[in-house]
Amino acid sequence: MASSGHGSGRQEAADRRLRLIAGHLHPRIAASECKAEAAESDPVRAKTVPKRRQEVMKWNGWGYSDSRFLFNKKGQAEFTGRRYRLGGLIFPSLKDWFESTFGANLQHKSPPTAALNSSAITPPNLNEPFLQDLKSMGIPHSLEAEDRVFRAHGHCLHEIFALREGRFGRLPDMVVWPNCHDDVVKIVELACQHNACLIPYGGGTSVSSALECPPDEMRSIVSLDTSQMNHILWIDEKNLTAHVEAGIVGQELERLLNESGFCTGHEPDSMEFSTLGGWVATRASGMKKNIYGNIEDLVVHIKMVTPRGVVEKSCQVPRMSTGPDIHHFIMGSEGTLGVVTEVTLKIRPLPEYQKYGSVVFPNFEQGVACLREVAKQRCAPASIRLMDNAQFQFGHALKPQVSSIFTSFLDGLKKFYITKFKGFDTHRLCVATLLFEGDREKVLQHEKQVYDIAAKFGGLAAGEDNGQRGYMLTFVIAYLRDLGMDYYVIGESFETSVPWDRVLDLCRNVKERITRECKERGVQFPPMSTCRVTQTYDAGACVYFYFAFNYRGLADPVHVYEQVEHAAREEILANGGSLSHHHGGMALHDEGSRWGTSAGIWAGARIRF
Amino acid sequence: MASRTLYSQRDPALKKRDDFEDILEERRNSSDLKYALKCYMPVLYKGVTPCKPSMIKTMVLQSEQLRYVVTELSKETGEATEVIQGEALAILEEMAHKLHLGTVRFFAYMLNKAFKVLYQRIRVNEDGIQRLQQAIQEHPLVLLPSHRSYMDFLIVSYLLYTNDLALPVIAAGMDFLGMKFVGEMLRMSGAFFIRRSFGGDRLYWAVFSEYVKTILRNGYAPIEFFLEGTRSRTCKSLTPKVGLLSIAMEPFFKGEVFDVSMVPISISYERVLEEALYARELLGVPKPKESTSGLLKARRILSEDYGNIHVYFGQPVSLRSLAQGRINRSQYNLMPRHISRRPGEDVQVFVNDVAYKMVRLQEESMVLRPWVLVATILLQNPHGVEAVWLAEQTAWLRGLAQAFGAFLDWPDHISASRAVASGLALHPNLVCTERGRVRLATEPKGPGARAPEEDLFNHAVTVLSCASYRNQVLHVFLRPALLAMAMDVAPTSRKDDVYSCFGYLRDVFSNEFILCPGAEVQDFDEACFLLTKCSAIQILKQDIVATERGRPTLSFLSAMFQPFLLGYQVVCRYLCEEVAESLPEKSYVAGVRSYAVKRILSGELACLEVLSSDLQKNVLAALLRMGALRKSKAGELVTLRVNKSAINTIENTLGGRVSTQKPVLARL
Repeated sequence: MASSGHGSGRQEAADRRLRLIAGHLHPRIAASECKAEAAESDPVRAKTVPKRRQEVMKWNGWGYSDSRFLFNKKGQAEFTGRRYRLGGLIFPSLKDWFESTFGANLQHKSPPTAALNSSAITPPNLNEPFLQDLKSMGIPHSLEAEDRVFRAHGHCLHEIFALREGRFGRLPDMVVWPNCHDDVVKIVELACQHNACLIPYGGGTSVSSALECPPDEMRSIVSLDTSQMNHILWIDEKNLTAHVEAGIVGQELERLLNESGFCTGHEPDSMEFSTLGGWVATRASGMKKNIYGNIEDLVVHIKMVTPRGVVEKSCQVPRMSTGPDIHHFIMGSEGTLGVVTEVTLKIRPLPEYQKYGSVVFPNFEQGVACLREVAKQRCAPASIRLMDNAQFQFGHALKPQVSSIFTSFLDGLKKFYITKFKGFDTHRLCVATLLFEGDREKVLQHEKQVYDIAAKFGGLAAGEDNGQRGYMLTFVIAYLRDLGMDYYVIGESFETSVPWDRVLDLCRNVKERITRECKERGVQFPPMSTCRVTQTYDAGACVYFYFAFNYRGLADPVHVYEQVEHAAREEILANGGSLSHHHGGMALHDEGSRWGTSAGIWAGARIRF
Repeated sequence: MASRTLYSQRDPALKKRDDFEDILEERRNSSDLKYALKCYMPVLYKGVTPCKPSMIKTMVLQSEQLRYVVTELSKETGEATEVIQGEALAILEEMAHKLHLGTVRFFAYMLNKAFKVLYQRIRVNEDGIQRLQQAIQEHPLVLLPSHRSYMDFLIVSYLLYTNDLALPVIAAGMDFLGMKFVGEMLRMSGAFFIRRSFGGDRLYWAVFSEYVKTILRNGYAPIEFFLEGTRSRTCKSLTPKVGLLSIAMEPFFKGEVFDVSMVPISISYERVLEEALYARELLGVPKPKESTSGLLKARRILSEDYGNIHVYFGQPVSLRSLAQGRINRSQYNLMPRHISRRPGEDVQVFVNDVAYKMVRLQEESMVLRPWVLVATILLQNPHGVEAVWLAEQTAWLRGLAQAFGAFLDWPDHISASRAVASGLALHPNLVCTERGRVRLATEPKGPGARAPEEDLFNHAVTVLSCASYRNQVLHVFLRPALLAMAMDVAPTSRKDDVYSCFGYLRDVFSNEFILCPGAEVQDFDEACFLLTKCSAIQILKQDIVATERGRPTLSFLSAMFQPFLLGYQVVCRYLCEEVAESLPEKSYVAGVRSYAVKRILSGELACLEVLSSDLQKNVLAALLRMGALRKSKAGELVTLRVNKSAINTIENTLGGRVSTQKPVLARL
C-alpha cells in the first residue's frame, strides 16, 4: 500500500470514502471464515503436517525420523521403519557397491552431531510491534529454536552438511502458521507495516538455496509456514477442477482426491513432502507429465498475496489471450513476488489400470535413440526414464534380499539370457523404466507399441518388477544420501533440459567434466557421476545427474563439491542445456533477485539427492 | 647391452627435456622382415567403435552436414540432389584414405632399408612416445609435425608403427596423386588428399571438413597434418595455416567430443634430403613435378650420409584447457550443429593463437646440431675464417644459444673443434677447408668462361643451403636480435623509443618469423630478460643501454638478421626506383631478382640471400599487410599498386636513417 506519489492523494481519499460506504452497505463478512476453524466437521480434511515437524521428521536429514538406511552389525544395508515397502528389508549387495564405487569403508564413519543444541543458537531478533499485532490477531506462532532451525534450510548439500556438523547460519527469528488466505493477507500487511522480512515455507524440500536466510539481513525474518493451509476447498466435477489451499502436501492432495475418485497426476519425486504452493513457485514437473502435464499445464487459477495486494485472475478458464499470462510471472518466481495461497488445478478421473515395465538396451546411445523415437511418435507412456549403466548398477545394488531360491535362480537365468545369449555387455547396457496408465485395453495396446519401438533399437523387455523398483527408488534415494554422509560420501543431483540432438554429447561431456574436475581438485577417489533421461518432449529431453564422491582427505569438501557442481553446470550450458528443468534456482544463479521489502523465497518445491 | 653404451653417451643438455633413444639401433641388429611382419596391436581411443575406412566414407555421405549442403546447392543450382550427391561421392573417393596394414608393413620394410643407409641414427624421445600412448586412449588426437622434408610424411607413421601406436590419417596435398603408384601407396598407408585451393567450392569444403570431423569425432585414428601447409624450403617455420586446424577444433566447440589433444612434433634433420633442391627452387628453378621416375632418380641420394634425425613428440596440449575462458561455447547453441557458419571473431582469433602456439612449440623442441652454429658463423664471414677461430667462436655461440634456451644436441665431452669438424664432414658440398681456413664452397671454375650470372647463381645455391641451417637456430635468437636491431635503429636509447622500434621491426618481420600476433609485450620482456641475463644490456630507469661487454653479442645478433633487414630494404628500393606506379603481381619476383642480381654484380650489394624467393614473397606479404602495396584485380590480372611514400618510410626506418647519435654507457 505504498503511496503512489503526487496527485494521488485525492484519489486515495476518494478510495477510502468508497470503501467506507461499501462497508455500510454490506454487513462485513468475517474475514476469519477459514476452513481450518471448522475443521472438525470438514470431510476433506488433510492429515496435517504438525507444526512441530521435528517430531516426525529429521532435523538434519531427509524425511521421516523413523526411516533411514543403515549398515547393521553384520555389515548389511538395511532400511528401517514401516512407512515404505522397503521398510525392514536387507540389501545384501549395497555394501559392496558402496565400497567399490566410492572407495568408502564401513570403518570410516562421519556421524552427525547427535542432537540439536538449543543453547548454541542465537536468540531471535524480534520485531516487537509485529509480534504484538500478530498476537492480537491470534495467528499461531513460535519463537522456539528448534522450529526456527527446521525452517532455516532446504535440502542443498551445503545446508544439510552444515546441520550435521551443528553449524547454523542466520535463522528465521520466528515462525508463523497462517490458517487460510486471509491470515496470509494480514501477515503480509503487518510485515509491510512493521518492516519485517517474510520467507514463505512449504515443504522445505528446496534445492535451490531459496530458504537460506540472507546473513546480512538486519530486519526480523519471519518464516511463513503454510502447512496448516492444507484443505481442498472444493471440487468441480463438471469442469474437472479442484480448488486447493497451497500448503497441502503432494501425497495428501493425491490421497484426498483419490477418495473422491480423482487425481491430479502431478507426481514430482518429492511429492511426499513438497507442497502445491512450492510446485507453483518453482515450476515443478511431475513424473507423469506425459499424461497430465507439468504444473504450468495443470494450473487454472492462482491466488497470490503480494505486498501490493492480492493477485488473481477474474475467471477460471482454460486459456486467455489478453496480454502476457500473469501465471507465468508467478510460476518460477520462487517466492520472490509473493505468497501463493490458493490454486485451482485440473483433475482427472482415477485411471482404471496401471502397469509398470522396463526395457534393457545394449547401450545408452541406443536407449536415447529409442526415447527420441517414442517422443517423435508422441506415444510416450505416463513415464519413461532411461538410466545409464552406472545407475543401472546402482539400482542393481539396491535389490532387496530375495526370499526364495527360485527367484534367485530366475534372476540368474535372466542375466544369463541377456548377457550371454543376447550378447549385452554388463558394463554398457542400460535400462528404461516405464509406467503406463489408462484403460486396460489401451494400456496393453500402448505397451505393445512402445515395446515394438524399443525392439527396433535392440531393446529387450525386462519385466514389471524392474520398472516398479526403479520408481520406488526415486523416493528412497534421498535417504541414501544421508547414509552416504555417514561414511564420508557427499553428493547431490542436478538436472537440465536439452535438445534431442545434444543429449548424448551433453551426458558424456558433463560426466567426464565431473570426473576430471574432481581429480583436479584433489578428490582421492573417482566420483560417481551418472545420469538418466527422465522426461521426453517433442523438442528435447530432461536429463538428471547424480554426482557423489568420497571426501576423505579433503579440508573443505562442500567447497570442492560446489566448485565441481559449478563446473558441471558450466559444461551443461556450453553443451546447449539449460540451468534447470524443474529444480528452479533463481537464488542459486542470480543472487540479486531477492524481493525487496517483505519478501521471501517460497519453500516448497522439490529436492532429490 | 647396446643400450647401456647409449646411456652413457646421453647428453646432459638434452636431459633437461627428455631422453632420446635411437630406434635404428635395434633395427640394425634384427631382421627387417620380422619387423615388418611383427604383431601390430595398437591401443585405441577409449570411445572408439572400430570401423573400416569404407565405413567412414558412408558416415560422411550420410551425415546431416553434407546432406544439408547438398540440398542447399540443389536448391540454388536447380540440379538434382542425386547428381550433387554423386559429385560428393567422387570428391570423397578422390580424397579418402584406404589404410591397409599390408601396405604399411611394406613401407615399414622399405623404409627400414632406406633409413639404415641414409641416416646414422633416428632418435626419438621415449617419454613422448609414452605420453602419446596415454593421450591416444584419452581423447581424439591431432598430430602436428613440423614440415621440412617429404620424409615427414613417412617418419611419423613409421615411428608409430614401430612403437605399436595407432597409425595416423595424414592430410596430404593433391599433387602427390600425380605420382603413379606412390600416391596410391601413400593412400593405403593412411594419407588422404586435399586440393591446394578450393576456396569457393562449398561442396568440396563440406565433404572435406566432414571427413576430418567424422574421423575425429569417432576417434577412429589420430589426424596428422602440417600446420605450415607446405614444406618449409628455408628450414624456418612458416606462418601457420589455420583452415584445417579450425575444422579439427569444431567438434570440441560444438560439444561433440569432450576434448581434443594436440601433439606438436618437431622433426629435425641434420641434413635435409632436399637441401640443394630447395636452394635451386628458391632461386627460381621451379620445383620438379612429383613423379615416380623423379623419385627413382633420387636414388642417388642413397649413397650419401644424412646424419641424424631427431623426432621430439611434445607434450599433448589440451584444446579444452586452451579454450577455457576464451571461447564461449554456448554461441553454438542457437543453431543446429550441422549448419556450418563462419566462426565468430573470438573463435578466429583463438584458432590463430593456438596455431602460432603450436608452431612455437615445434620450434622450441627442434634439436639443433653444432653444425647450425657453424653455418651461422660462416655466413657472417663469407670470405672464410681460421679453423681455430671458428671453433672458438662456435664454442662461444654455443654458450649464448644455451643461455637462450636452445635445444642443442652437443654432448659436453665433445670438444668444439671435434663438433665443428664433424659438421664440416657432413656437408662437404657446402664448405671447404684449405690451409686451415674454412669457407663456403664455390664450384671449381670449369673449362671455358661462364657468365658471371651463372657463377653468382652457383654461389647463391651454397649460401642459401647454408642459410637453411642457420635458419634452424634463428628462433632462439629472434627476440633478443630484434631488440639489438631496435637499439641500432632507435633514435634514442629511451625505453619507449626502443620499444616502439622493437614493435615496428616485429611487425615488419611478422611474415618472416613466427611472432604470435598481439604478443609484443611478452616478446619484448623476453628479449630484455635474455639479454640482461647474459649481461649484454642494462635496463635503467628510463633507458636501455648496451654494456661494453655485450657489444660483440649485440652486433653478432644484428649481423645474424642483417640479411633479412637488407633484403627488405632492397625490395623497398626496387619498388621505389624501378616501378612507376604499379606492376603485375606475376612479374614481381622476377623484377626483384633481376634488380638484385644487377646490384650484386655491380658490387653495391653483397647479400645473396636477397635472391631467395621466399624472402621476396614474405616482403610482399608484409608490404601488403602494412598497406604500402595494394592489390587490384582486373580480370585474371592482379596488379600491385605502390604507395611510394609509405615504402620509403619503411625503408628509411629499417635503415635506421631517422636515428640520432646514441649515448654510450660506460661500464659501471
